Amino acid sequence: MAFLEAHGLTKTYGETNAVDNLTFTVEKGSFVSLLGPSGCGKTTTLQMIAGFEDPTMGKIKLAGRDLSAIPARDRGLGIVFQSYALFMHMTVAENVAFGLEMRNVDKAERKRRVADALELVHLGHLANRYPRAMSGGQRQRVALARALVIEPELLLLDEPLSNLDAKLREEMQLELRRIQREAGVTTLMVTHDQSEALAMSDRVLVMEKGRLQQEDSPFEVYERPRTSFVSTFLGKSNNFEAELKSVTPTASQLLIAGRGLTGPSVNLKPGTVEVAVRPERIEIVDAADAVITGTVRERIFLGAQWMMNVATPLGDMLVIRRNAGRREAEIGDTVHLSWAPEHMRILPLNEVAA
Amino acid sequence: MNQNGRFSQVFNILFCAFMLAPIVVVMGVSLTPEGFLEFPPSGISLRWYQAILDNSDFIEAAWISLKLGIVAATVASVLAVPAALAIGQGKFKGREALQALFLSPLMVPTVVLGIAFLRFLSLFGLNGTFTGLVLCHAIIITPFILRLVLAAVVGLDRTVDRAAESLGASNWTIFRRITLPSILPGVIGGWVLAFITSFDELTVTVFIVNPATTTLPVRMFSHITQTTDPLVASVSALTVIFTIILMVAVDRMYGLDRLLIGEGKK
Amino acid sequence: MNEKPWMMSAPALTLFGVLLLVPLCMTFFLSFNSFGFYTGIENTVSMENYVEVVSDSYFWEIFGRTFAIALATTFFCALLGVPQAYILYRLSPAWRSIVVLIVIGPLLISVVVRTLGWAILLGNNGVINSALQNWGLIERPIKMMYTSGGIVLALTHVFLPFMVLAVWAALQRKDPAVEAAAESLGARPFTIFRRIVLPQVIPGILSGSLIVFSMAASSFATPAILGGRRVKVVATTVYDEFLNTLNWPLGAAIAMLLLASVMVIMLAWNRLVERRYGEALE
Repeated sequence: MAFLEAHGLTKTYGETNAVDNLTFTVEKGSFVSLLGPSGCGKTTTLQMIAGFEDPTMGKIKLAGRDLSAIPARDRGLGIVFQSYALFMHMTVAENVAFGLEMRNVDKAERKRRVADALELVHLGHLANRYPRAMSGGQRQRVALARALVIEPELLLLDEPLSNLDAKLREEMQLELRRIQREAGVTTLMVTHDQSEALAMSDRVLVMEKGRLQQEDSPFEVYERPRTSFVSTFLGKSNNFEAELKSVTPTASQLLIAGRGLTGPSVNLKPGTVEVAVRPERIEIVDAADAVITGTVRERIFLGAQWMMNVATPLGDMLVIRRNAGRREAEIGDTVHLSWAPEHMRILPLNEVAA
Repeated sequence: MNQNGRFSQVFNILFCAFMLAPIVVVMGVSLTPEGFLEFPPSGISLRWYQAILDNSDFIEAAWISLKLGIVAATVASVLAVPAALAIGQGKFKGREALQALFLSPLMVPTVVLGIAFLRFLSLFGLNGTFTGLVLCHAIIITPFILRLVLAAVVGLDRTVDRAAESLGASNWTIFRRITLPSILPGVIGGWVLAFITSFDELTVTVFIVNPATTTLPVRMFSHITQTTDPLVASVSALTVIFTIILMVAVDRMYGLDRLLIGEGKK
Repeated sequence: MNEKPWMMSAPALTLFGVLLLVPLCMTFFLSFNSFGFYTGIENTVSMENYVEVVSDSYFWEIFGRTFAIALATTFFCALLGVPQAYILYRLSPAWRSIVVLIVIGPLLISVVVRTLGWAILLGNNGVINSALQNWGLIERPIKMMYTSGGIVLALTHVFLPFMVLAVWAALQRKDPAVEAAAESLGARPFTIFRRIVLPQVIPGILSGSLIVFSMAASSFATPAILGGRRVKVVATTVYDEFLNTLNWPLGAAIAMLLLASVMVIMLAWNRLVERRYGEALE
């Protein structure tokens, strides 16, 4: 049974729908990410679940009860804010104890639970410090402990890692996931960082312009994007137009730049479609096996891999090749590109993004 | 690392001497053993400090000023803090007009405020009463508190309120436990500045006191305009010492410059 | 949602409405009433008080003197306060905190006390005259008490901290690297001050001037003590009308004229500043 349910959730500001008829569910104990670019409505969605914004339409249910009439302070959710929103005039322990005080938890138990929570985030030794004297990563742990100590039914994370530097962010991804698993708390995270969402979540909800684009496991959203937006927002992708000639239950026939190709089966009617191919799936082959031929325009060496920009009749194509320790094509060289049929994603034509 | 050249250093010394001169002179005169204003004093005597004790008028006036300053600054704080929170955090129609109104006592010439209060209070029989003084002083000193609290409020992170709310805190608890502690330096700084302003206020007060509620500045003013003896110098010297103590305390806590420019603590 | 800010401001708003706006309006109306020596304030409506003030050269002189004193005070405050603010800005932090106390601290000391100090300094047998006579620089004392010059000197002392504060606040908003940039281009210290620093603090000077001017024009204690009955200004005249002559309507009219002229000057000044420096202030 779904633990958190959002049904037809809509938030309108003036003329625009910040969130447009959003429906999704979150299973108990799972870690779900709301992923999308800024302005896609993910933060507004979080605010509505937290109770800081009222939905224009739609319902939110938590463990079967309707949240709409319950004010934020009584929802009992744990929230980690982007800025952490720590109480700067209180020590770490006082910050963590605040929610328990509000719940009139007696002193002895309060002390025990604060200690437990700080232990969970590995901050037991800093209990009497003030947040001002702490690093970004430590502040974040305090915010997390403060949210978890009240044993919330649902943990909301608002861009929790965006204020950390790159190295710390990777550490905290693992750490956050460990803490979430140990606490066993159902978690909804809002983020614009696709790698963060892929790395941490059980499921990813991709949003754009207030609408849900796709809901899947991280592997599925990356491997099988269902819209042009999802294919380009998660990872890099070469998208181009093609003619879908015919579809059978096992395969499809495509015409790409005047060349017939067999692709995977797809639930679309014949006509103009969009094809997406990941740059790391494109190979450089002999002229005889080429799907398309082009000229290397730019070439960047990234250590573990090469990144090339190849001008082709289909437009510029990005090609990523593993560094195998040998020479690669130079700028100006003619290269022949190919890819396996199963690596093509056939998507409905996205006029807007074209 | 003084970056100033020699000319600047001389200017600086002369400037400081200019600022200190009248104060030093008053302090010096207060130590004279003679019966007239004399500087530098021909000897050192506490005769005129002794004289204060024999002059109940000044002591009474000092008490009234002290009480008035404390009560008026407190009343003004109680009124100004919620107003500053509303103005600093809300986006609503009339916000700027409200702020302009609360700062307007700084713009209106004090003598105009004085006669306006006099006219109003005398119609309601409140002229010369302590209550009347408190209310009028509260109006004059509200801008000082408002500016400092506003500066503190504007720097607040609203998501902190939300964090407290999500943890179950009521609006009153949020104010008491989260907001107030964060703006407290501004409130205390504003209170002290308001107290000193009230304690020193003359131009308005001179219109609205009666003999029973005469404040220290008014008593000193009328003494100076009637006679010239060193008594008023010794009283002045004591208020200077009192002010310096307050000033140094507030400078340590808040920074005198920021207090008077009306900016918040960093 | 939208009532909350008004609820929070309601107590202060009530006090200001009842005890500030109403009295100011009442004073405004009072200025149109008339006064009889035996009858007191009469509830008539006429312009006679204004006519009396405007047609009497005695009042012209008082208004003229008041604004001349205010203008001179503003000029000297700018002349002394601007360089001092820059010196303050460039002092080492330890020295700065001491000099700040000396320069700005007097603001918190009662104007009565400070003026008393000037009275002791400026009197015919005062500190300055005695010193000059002892050194043989002058034979007879220079008259400084009961002169406009003496009032300007004391008022300059009283309001200088405001100018220093305003200019200093402007200095702190400036990019601290601009002076180093000018120096790297070969500018000498005085050139840096004149060409780089001064133009950037002009808004501060202007706002400081506004504060000093309006406060000087309505100052009471200093002219009352140093000028006495002989050198009257608007504020002391109003005081006399209210508490000695008891002609409140005439006093109210004089006060309203002071309020109006100060307001007009302030608004005009603000307009000027905004038009000239509006963009630079953004």
